[in-house]
Amino acid sequence: MTSELDIFVGNTTLIDEDVYRLWLDGYSGLWGTVCGCRFGGAVVLDGRAGRARMSDAVALRVRSGILEQTGATAAVLQSDTMDHYRTFQMLERLLHAPPKLLHQLIFQIPPSRQALLIERYYAFDEAFVREVLGKKLSKGTKKDLDDISTKTGITLKSCRRQFDNFKRVFKVVEEMRGSLVDNIQQHFLLSDRLARDYAAIVFFANNRFETGKKKLQYLSFGDFAFCAELMIQNWTLGAVGEAPTDPDPQADDMDMDLDKEFLQDLKELKVLVADKDLLDLHKSLVCTALRGKLGVFSEMEANFKNLSRGLVNVAAKLTHNKDVRDLFVDLVEKFVEPCRSDHWPLNDVRLFLNQYSASVHSLDGFRHQALWDRYMGTLRGCLLRLCHD
Amino acid sequence: MPGKLKVKIVAGRHLPVMDRASDLTDAFVEVKFGNTTFKTDVYLKSLNPQWNSEWFKFEVDDEDLQDEPLQITVLDHDTYSANDAIGKVYIDIDPLLYSEAATVISGWFPIYDTIHGIRGEINVVVKVDLFNDLNRFRQSSCGVKFFCTTSIPKCYRAVIIHGFVEELVVNEDPEYQWIDRIRTPRASNEARQRLISLMSGELQRKIGLKVLEMRGNAVVGYLQCFDLEGESGLVVRAIGTACTLDKLSSPAAFLPACNSPSKEMKESPLVHPPSHGCRSTHNSPIHTATGSRLTQNFSVSVPTLIYTGMGSGSAGKEGGPFKALLRQQTQSALEQREFPFFTLTAFPPGFLVHVGGVVSARSVKLLDRIHNPDEPETRDAWWAEIRQEIKSHAKALGCHAVVGYSESTSICEEVCILSASGTAAVLNPRFLQDGTVEGCLEQRLEENLPAGCGFCHIPYDELNMPFPAHLTYCYNCRKQKVPDVLFTTIDLPMDAAVIGKGCLIQARLCRLKKKAQAEANATAISNLLPFMEYEVHTQLMNKLKLKGMNALFGLRIQISVGENMLMGLASATGVYLAALPTPGGIQIAGKTPNDGSYEQHISHMQKKINDTIAKNKELYEINPPEISEEIIGSPIPEPRQRSRLLRSQSESSDEVTELDLSHGKKDAFVLEIDDTDAMEDVHSLLTDVPPPSGFYSCNTEIMPGINNWTSEIQMFTSVRVIRLSSLNLTNQALNKNFNDLCENLLKSLYFKLRSMIPCCLCHVNFTVSLPEDELIQVTVTAVAITFDKNQALQTTKTHAEKSLQRASTDNEELLQFPLELCSDALPSHPFPPAKEHLESASSNSGIPAAQRATSVDYSSFADRCSSWIELIKLKAQTIRRGSIKTTVTVEKASPVGEGNFRNRSSPPCANSTVGVVKMTPLSFIPGAKITKYLGIINMFFIRETTSLREEGGVSGFLHAFIAEVFAMVRAHVAALGGNAVVSYIMKQCVFMENPNKNQAQCLINVSGDAVVFVRESELEVVSTQQPAANCQPSCTGGEVTT
Repeated sequence: MTSELDIFVGNTTLIDEDVYRLWLDGYSGLWGTVCGCRFGGAVVLDGRAGRARMSDAVALRVRSGILEQTGATAAVLQSDTMDHYRTFQMLERLLHAPPKLLHQLIFQIPPSRQALLIERYYAFDEAFVREVLGKKLSKGTKKDLDDISTKTGITLKSCRRQFDNFKRVFKVVEEMRGSLVDNIQQHFLLSDRLARDYAAIVFFANNRFETGKKKLQYLSFGDFAFCAELMIQNWTLGAVGEAPTDPDPQADDMDMDLDKEFLQDLKELKVLVADKDLLDLHKSLVCTALRGKLGVFSEMEANFKNLSRGLVNVAAKLTHNKDVRDLFVDLVEKFVEPCRSDHWPLNDVRLFLNQYSASVHSLDGFRHQALWDRYMGTLRGCLLRLCHD
Repeated sequence: MPGKLKVKIVAGRHLPVMDRASDLTDAFVEVKFGNTTFKTDVYLKSLNPQWNSEWFKFEVDDEDLQDEPLQITVLDHDTYSANDAIGKVYIDIDPLLYSEAATVISGWFPIYDTIHGIRGEINVVVKVDLFNDLNRFRQSSCGVKFFCTTSIPKCYRAVIIHGFVEELVVNEDPEYQWIDRIRTPRASNEARQRLISLMSGELQRKIGLKVLEMRGNAVVGYLQCFDLEGESGLVVRAIGTACTLDKLSSPAAFLPACNSPSKEMKESPLVHPPSHGCRSTHNSPIHTATGSRLTQNFSVSVPTLIYTGMGSGSAGKEGGPFKALLRQQTQSALEQREFPFFTLTAFPPGFLVHVGGVVSARSVKLLDRIHNPDEPETRDAWWAEIRQEIKSHAKALGCHAVVGYSESTSICEEVCILSASGTAAVLNPRFLQDGTVEGCLEQRLEENLPAGCGFCHIPYDELNMPFPAHLTYCYNCRKQKVPDVLFTTIDLPMDAAVIGKGCLIQARLCRLKKKAQAEANATAISNLLPFMEYEVHTQLMNKLKLKGMNALFGLRIQISVGENMLMGLASATGVYLAALPTPGGIQIAGKTPNDGSYEQHISHMQKKINDTIAKNKELYEINPPEISEEIIGSPIPEPRQRSRLLRSQSESSDEVTELDLSHGKKDAFVLEIDDTDAMEDVHSLLTDVPPPSGFYSCNTEIMPGINNWTSEIQMFTSVRVIRLSSLNLTNQALNKNFNDLCENLLKSLYFKLRSMIPCCLCHVNFTVSLPEDELIQVTVTAVAITFDKNQALQTTKTHAEKSLQRASTDNEELLQFPLELCSDALPSHPFPPAKEHLESASSNSGIPAAQRATSVDYSSFADRCSSWIELIKLKAQTIRRGSIKTTVTVEKASPVGEGNFRNRSSPPCANSTVGVVKMTPLSFIPGAKITKYLGIINMFFIRETTSLREEGGVSGFLHAFIAEVFAMVRAHVAALGGNAVVSYIMKQCVFMENPNKNQAQCLINVSGDAVVFVRESELEVVSTQQPAANCQPSCTGGEVTT
């Protein structure tokens, strides 16, 4: 007796969260070879051999103890798993454009469940996103997914889904004007948190920030997302709110690209380190203000010029795309690592950065206060976030 | 020109990409009705076109309005080549033709293509302006309402229940026309869909005409089926119950009345006890009709079983003459009808007087091409024959009517089995009378005489019983005779007194047969049928006893025919009726008593069976209250041998063993294990696993013993196909496979729905078919409904306490209880003298409690039944009139009727999102009130694929298709302005595959009633002003009985 066909269809589509997770994680619902076709091929379940020929997903469910809890058999579990898998595969097409999921008529799914389906589908693994963050979302990268899968232990299927999600979101919002987060939320119906994460991913992918270097490995996706948010808020065209005056509205995307003019202007900051008087004055202002307040005062005093040169030079270099990409590498090399080698406590870093930015206002010979604030305000936030072990 | 149909095409969305180059579509729409076609403009380059068309107007006859569907085709415009069809929408405009239903159809419809499935949606608005037609000879029947619901629809009142209507139309199947060889599969599928849609429309119109002729205005319990006879054609047939319905203005007045059509009917006393036994009758096994063309007329009429109770006994004669009188009178009334059949399964209170038992008839026919579609006489004659047989069976049971009536077919190649079944019943003549409805109404209210047990009393004359039956006095009222087991096809009456909960009981059976052609095949089949019926019945009986229950409701026996086998599947809901005696146990007897190890084995089995019975009693909470000997004792007119037993039997489970041992074969239901077959049977009895805790299941509308439904419902369809390994198939192996298939399917359902616990699977409807050699397909549709466990416990407790109290403290009162009711009722409503007399007579005679242990040999039953059964190796079966428990408690495990909704705490069902459409096979929605019926939904779809593997194999293909069917049903309901489909049924799911060619095809036919419902919680806010508003019949019934 072999089962040729075995289906269950509810008027309200049943969604099992655990099975959904297994599916998203890319565990096969079938034993044997994974079929390339849309639904993964027909199921043949041999009643007797069923136990031995369990699919990955079913094996995992068995391991969760569900059989003991419910008194079900492995065959029941296999059948249930396949039903869910088929449903998910049919839903996948709709999940690619979540508003469609809301308007479609084929599956009757309560709104809370729809939200769950979407949110989980677009959720990603920290380990995976760290691998592709800042990379071009191209075919080339897609080819590397094999390696990423091996390296992270995430199934290739799941890697593909996550990668495709990134790419899909990127494609949709790429050409759009307006707030990046809002656009993502509107077109993918994600939660605020997840939409912000996607904004960061899109922003990084668009600007191709290098995040994979060894010295950056200690940074989490959260760290980068935090920086991305600050940069989107302050360094992009959209941030300035000058869209209407933009001579060519199509030229730049509001939130995705850094404000080129701003980057150009950043060269002006160079005077802070190029002009020796200014540099000395800046240093003395900072040192005066921080004397006695800093545990690492002497180290700071000794390192001030190096640090300042580092930060200002980073700014001055941002006109070149190549240097924009290396922004985080530079920040870590020029600032985070020196601080770390001198064992600066985080609080001291904060005090220093505050004072360092604020003191510039007292430099009479320096004319680019607003520019400095726009630059340093964001950088200060980023640096504080980057300073950890 | 009595009607103007107006259609507006508003917009489309989510259209498929038809132009690969631009990734867009240039869509336009053709709107076709009859022979008229309109087109919209082409909306260039969009997947979400906004046509906003003008109103397309069709001026048509109302006859066409009824027959024709509105056909909307979405196409992609192509300048250089033929336009590509994207898909179609068929809209049945029938709901717009009667005043109380929908007034406009407006909404998003899925665009459906038979090859690609759903491809986007289209927004359409449809209206109809009807002009009154005064033509008396009109061919249309606009205005007749149709309901699939097999009870009086919730917001109507039955003024008159006229009776049976049937019709069938035949045509050639386009799939088998010569042209099919040259047209595309799509064209062929569409031709079929359109034809069936047309035929359904025509059928409905013709039935409507019959209803108008009878002066009715509605058809309730409308069941339409189509038979794909292959080469020989396509038959669409329908049956229903014609009624005159009144819309209830206020929900309070919702008592249906029923009158029978004929005016001659006299009122007559209600008196008798219904019961059941098992009786089988049959015609001579095979008769070949005369006629020159054998093939055309070859028919085999098959022996039929009438299931009723069995047993033998004699008892007081008081009821006799009256019964006869009643029978005479009502019969005469009903005899004027050709077929006094009712497709209803639930009735207005008081309508159903007695139930005799299940009657069924089957006949094997050879199909032949239908030569003249306009004269479908052959098919008509076939059905008439079967109905005639049913009628005579009913008569044999002393019944003048058949309720819960249904018909079905199973076709394999050129052989067709026609089946009909129903429940023989006596209906209240008072309600069969035309006249002052109001009066009737009130009377009925008061007149709940045999509180919750009346319908169990035997309708036939016990001195002249149609079959050997074992009768006892009703354990409830003690006045009338009841059988020991009752089988019916109807739902449990709302006022029936039930103990504990019910459960789904299935008998499953396979029989191999040789492949054969034509007559030989038909003969082989008809030879097998009686055996199958017999075995199915035995299985049901055994399983029922194993559950410790004594009655079956909603019995549906399906016999399917395949190339090389026959399958039988019977489903029913077992319950313990308080009025019927406690079922005896099952005893196993071995053939070779001297063999020690064998003995041991037997006793081991026996123990297992006894344990199972005990466990089941606990599981289903079957603890009939015990009545002390004195109570029962005193008024027994004919104290028979058994009295001694009484004491030992008063405990619930253990005594079964004791009893069986002490009384041996004489009064136990004995299974003799004389060969491996029998062994199998016993094993299979024990393999049925009870549902996991928190789950209950039944195939009736409502689960006896559960009445506090919460509002979560989940309707589902599950399909399984298994392939049998073709080698060395034996009957045993087949049975085991089939049994496993069903059991595994149930297990899967329980597992899938575990998040709903505690819940009950209601209206579990299994269909089995044999699409090919070695393939068995089982389709299940049911609804899972959650209920509140705590509340359930409480209720039962109070009930139990109450009953206990009654039983222990005040016997007198208890005994008189039913009488009091009567006497209360009597003064206010003068009953016909005969009746009054009768009642007093019976009450004076005291409460007869006939406890006899009569054993009936199955063989005697068989003897009388008829010759065929002699062929069967008789297993010595005796029927035991086992324990003698008296249950006088009027415990009410009342079924859920509308009235109960109120008492139930319906959890705040937060207004679900817009657009949710509930679907349920039941006639009600828990925790909600149906405020409007919008019309019948009757849809037929074909889906075909030539890329089966790419669509996920057979499972992927069918899964997607069924999901699409649900979607289309929901969309149509929503467009009618409804938010639910009740009485939903998937009547057909024909699946064919050809994996080698990577092809598959599936046909699905569904129907139901589109309704608007309002959540009770919302309703309460509104109805606080009218407090009494919700007092419905079930309520009333409940109060009277408790």
